Amino acid sequence: MINVIWFGILFIGIAFGLLTGDGELLSKTIVSTTTDTVKLIIELLGMMCLWCGVMKIAERSGLTDKLARLLKPILRRIFKEAGKDDKALGAIVMNLTANMFGLSNAATPFGIRAMEEMDRINGHKDVASNDMVLFLVLNAACIQFVPTTVVSIRAAFNSGNPGSIILPALCTTTFASILGIILCKFLRRYF
Amino acid sequence: MQVFTKVLLKEGYVVGNIFNYLLKGIIPIIIGAVVLYGIIAKVKVYECFVEGAKEGINVCVRIFPYLLAMLIAVNCFRASGAMNYVINLIKPAVNVVGIPPEIVPLIFIKPLSGSGAIGVFTDIVKNYGPDSFLGFLSSIIMGGTETIFYTITVYFGAIGIKKVRHSLWVALIVDFCAVLLAVNLAVMLMR
Repeated sequence: MINVIWFGILFIGIAFGLLTGDGELLSKTIVSTTTDTVKLIIELLGMMCLWCGVMKIAERSGLTDKLARLLKPILRRIFKEAGKDDKALGAIVMNLTANMFGLSNAATPFGIRAMEEMDRINGHKDVASNDMVLFLVLNAACIQFVPTTVVSIRAAFNSGNPGSIILPALCTTTFASILGIILCKFLRRYF
Repeated sequence: MQVFTKVLLKEGYVVGNIFNYLLKGIIPIIIGAVVLYGIIAKVKVYECFVEGAKEGINVCVRIFPYLLAMLIAVNCFRASGAMNYVINLIKPAVNVVGIPPEIVPLIFIKPLSGSGAIGVFTDIVKNYGPDSFLGFLSSIIMGGTETIFYTITVYFGAIGIKKVRHSLWVALIVDFCAVLLAVNLAVMLMR
């Protein structure tokens, strides 16, 4: 499936660009994308190492287990298999909390950590488990208390009240998360 | 009475400021708390941190090819003008549901590219003003939902998942429903 989507996006782009005479622009875009991706991954590298380091301390000291136990009653109902595993649950909790505070830089390393734990539970298959899909959907919907980027852009353009969107945004993301959980439960048997 | 409200206002101001300060300092606060908890729990914090940080490098190396593949496809699609073409094609259909045509580019680019979405969003805010209906609506939309393709690529790429099952569809449906809710909320609050 992902093969078809990747092919579709890439090939339509290339065909459209070549037919409308944008061949040169397309060449430049492809070349600059490679360097941009390297820049992106290098920016990510520092943050990733930092949070992986912090996460390791939290894990060894038993802090993540404690956090996981705190939220277990709720998350256990949502995550069927990962809910029984303290390590996976700990990483999931850290990821969701980081997301809520708008720390997407920190959320990604925690999220990957959570995925690795779920991969272990799933027996390292190349098919996503129900828990993984659900976790991904929750990350895509991403409940946020403070959408920092948006608020600061609004402030930069002299908004009378930059924070006025926080509550409606919270409403939409909460709704999105709940809808995501419901849809996952429905659609999982068809895939 | 007046004095009382004055004190109240001042208190509110102080509390607000403290909250703001804590929010801005959330990264060092988290790191500090974890390290403190670790040393109390008799963990070798320095060695532990380094061990974790080492794993961070591997994660970055692992996700790089996935990220590159996705970004090249998306950037070709955008730079060739194919994306604008699709947006124009779909505008009338989307209008029927009540989504303003000016917002359509934002809705389309958001699942594909985070930096692209910020660019389009800034453009809308610049042209229509942050407190206009369109500015307000696009802010709510920006405040929720992550870059879906990026999240799927990075999270599933890190553990080598090849079959993503229903994750993409659920994420896209949820994203679209969140936009519809955002439109309704914006209409309710602004008109």
